[in-house]
Amino acid sequence: MSIDTGTPAETIPPAAPPHPSESHQWTAKVRHAAESAFPPDQLLPDRQPAYMASWIYVFGVLTVVSLAWVIITGCVLAIMGPSWWHVSSTGHFVNSLHLWSVEAFFFFMVIHLWGKFFMAAWRGNRRLTWATGVISFLVSVGAAFTGYLSQQNFDSQWISTQAKDGINSTGAGAVFNVLNFGQMLMWHIVLLPIGVLLIAGLHVLLVRRHGIVPPFAEGGDDTAGTVDTAPTPAGEPA
Amino acid sequence: MFLGALLGALINLNGSGRYIHWGFIQISVANLVVIVLMVAVFVLAILLPFPRRKGGGQ
Repeated sequence: MSIDTGTPAETIPPAAPPHPSESHQWTAKVRHAAESAFPPDQLLPDRQPAYMASWIYVFGVLTVVSLAWVIITGCVLAIMGPSWWHVSSTGHFVNSLHLWSVEAFFFFMVIHLWGKFFMAAWRGNRRLTWATGVISFLVSVGAAFTGYLSQQNFDSQWISTQAKDGINSTGAGAVFNVLNFGQMLMWHIVLLPIGVLLIAGLHVLLVRRHGIVPPFAEGGDDTAGTVDTAPTPAGEPA
Repeated sequence: MFLGALLGALINLNGSGRYIHWGFIQISVANLVVIVLMVAVFVLAILLPFPRRKGGGQ
């Protein structure tokens, strides 16, 4: 097995500088900054390090797939409306798909979190990657909470009345009144999904930018990503 | 329809939930089952070998 002494981000050459005639344009500056930060072959790589050949590395993408199902089923529910998801059998089915994709989302995300915690995945200048994951998790909790408040049943009434005093004691009740169904629905279908998608998208981009954190080095001489195993095609041994 | 009836026969979801009390800790059986499942999947993900292409080394 050969050893690559650079991080994945360092092994990719920087993008070419802008042409002098276009360098003053903000579009050119943004384009070249984006190309420099996220080269296409780094955004969608064909090869991954050998240490990724483990089941513990699949839970991040399982979380993303679950989130995609949450958004897709949520869009269907928004298009068809409450009279559909409360009454028709197809509406019940899609409503259940929405619920269970959320369950899968949190199930996979927590296992992903445990795996990354015990890998100390913030090593090697990956602090922002870790922080965006934590923030995404917290915003997701809020999105799920407002989803429970939007069920329009006794369960949502019970949850909202149990939560109101705690949330109002923080002062957040002025803009986040759990007894206001319309406001909670808007938080659930507009603000919080936008937040989750933006932060999770940034999280994935940062993972691509800095690469997957390598395992701890044997003997405790950890270089936190400065020593990397040679990339091999996904699923293929080194 | 049949599958739903079959699953419904296995686990009766009607009625009030079941809770476990241990000192000041109170948790529903459903939540405890999910946590145990997550721990089990986490341990299996670490222990189970990842499939490799035939003819590979290691």
